[in-house]
Amino acid sequence: MKTRNVLSVFVLLSLSFSAMAETAPVPEDKVATLRLAPIDIEPTPPAMQKVINSDVKQVRNYPMQPPIIPHRIDGYQIDLKVNKCMQCHARNSTGHSQAPMVSVTHYMDRENNFLASLSPRRYYCTQCHVSQLDAKLLVENDFVDVKELMKNPAKTEH
Amino acid sequence: MIAKILENLKLIWKVIRRPSVHYSLGFLTLGGFVAGIIFWGGFNTALELASTEEFCTSCHEMESNVYQELQSTIHFTNRSGVRATCSDCHVPHNWTDKIARKMQASKEIWGKVFGTINTREKFEGKRRELAEHEWARLKANDSLECRNCHNFDYMDFTRQSKRASAMHSTSLASGEKTCIDCHKGIAHQLPDMAGVEGF
Ligand code: HEC
Ligand code: HEC
Ligand code: HEC
Ligand code: HEC
Repeated sequence: MKTRNVLSVFVLLSLSFSAMAETAPVPEDKVATLRLAPIDIEPTPPAMQKVINSDVKQVRNYPMQPPIIPHRIDGYQIDLKVNKCMQCHARNSTGHSQAPMVSVTHYMDRENNFLASLSPRRYYCTQCHVSQLDAKLLVENDFVDVKELMKNPAKTEH
Repeated sequence: MIAKILENLKLIWKVIRRPSVHYSLGFLTLGGFVAGIIFWGGFNTALELASTEEFCTSCHEMESNVYQELQSTIHFTNRSGVRATCSDCHVPHNWTDKIARKMQASKEIWGKVFGTINTREKFEGKRRELAEHEWARLKANDSLECRNCHNFDYMDFTRQSKRASAMHSTSLASGEKTCIDCHKGIAHQLPDMAGVEGF
């Protein structure tokens, strides 16, 4: 029992020491990372990226991925008063808009009962769906499509 | 007292009725013409002043609600620098319609005096009603104010996004729908839209 207490005190102490070591100031030239400039300098911001507005559906990376929005949504109001997306994507709007209807799951409550209108838990479209920028990746992405994985299981290791 | 006033009035009337002795008919007609122009011009200048954005936003009801919202939209700043002001969308260009709209606007003075929308809450409460008036007006005139700037005949569908050209070349081209049917809330935030057609 006693040895255990002593041990835990020791572990705690060493932990707090290592934490202190980490708070030591970071060298000046290492601060600039994604910002690409020292912390006290205001760099010229990169040019604004354009939102992809092709209206061409994009492939989903996995079956349950919320599809991305292939168009601009500037100024589209989504709040308690109105949901602009539903002007085209609601069930009864798709006739004139020819836009895809929101998935049937959006008309279901958590007990899977069907509702006449959009379920409150699916109301805020941009919580899951986003437009895309025509921008270069800042960090490398090593995501592997499940189809690829099934063809080549070796890729699983990382 | 009253008799005296009546006496004076009679005298004035007499003077007005008496043919002019000192001025020629030509001078009088011309003078009347010039005075008319000055009056008319002044009237129209006043009208014009009352159509500026400074005038509209001189009332805080307009300034702190709709004007604030307008500023983040494409009709305030955009890449081409062409701006739409309040009157571009809300005041008809054609003179008779303009006068008619100004007469209607006396309702706004009434609203100002009685504070119908003098707080944000009151404004939000009344917003649906006000918006409905504007929609009805634009629906009735086939979105004339929009078309003063956006001319359908000169829309290049190949330069529009796919969904824009799909809509414009069908429902809009056939006259079945007009701009305001699809483009509500283009300049300000929308009120509660429950029950509005298309929402
Ligand atoms: C005297 C202050 C004042 C000024 C100046 C003013 N407004 Fe208003 N406006 C109001 C008030 C108050 C209302 C609400 C009237 C009501 O309660 O029905 C209103 C309502 C409106 C509405 C809704 C109309 C409707 O039919 O319901 C529009 C559109 C509008 N104003 C546009 C303008 C424009 C454009 C200008 C400039 C040309 C302008 N206003 C200048 C005070 C003002
Ligand atoms: C590009 C056109 C446009 C411009 C510019 C514009 N409006 Fe509007 N306004 C509308 C439309 C359309 C409506 C009808 C409601 C809607 O769809 O948002 C409206 C509605 C309103 C209403 C009724 C309340 C509401 O929000 O629905 C008021 C008040 C108003 N506008 C005042 C102004 C004032 C003041 C300005 C200038 C600062 C202005 N508007 C500039 C198009 C415009
Ligand atoms: C004073 C002229 C003027 C008036 C009036 C006007 N617009 Fe515009 N509108 C413009 C300009 C300028 C642009 C921006 C063009 C650009 O640079 O892309 C624009 C852009 C638009 C866009 C494109 C929005 C986007 O995000 O690309 C729509 C939709 C639109 N207007 C609808 C309307 C409607 C509906 C009305 C009538 C209520 C109206 N406009 C009245 C000048 C006007
Ligand atoms: C049947 C519905 C409909 C009607 C009617 C309609 N539009 Fe559009 N419009 C759209 C849709 C959908 C878009 C693309 C999405 C968006 O910008 O919200 C669009 C986009 C636009 C754009 C931007 C163009 C682009 O490439 O994105 C402008 C400008 C415009 N509309 C102006 C007008 C004007 C002006 C009128 C009336 C003469 C009008 N629209 C009537 C549905 C309509």
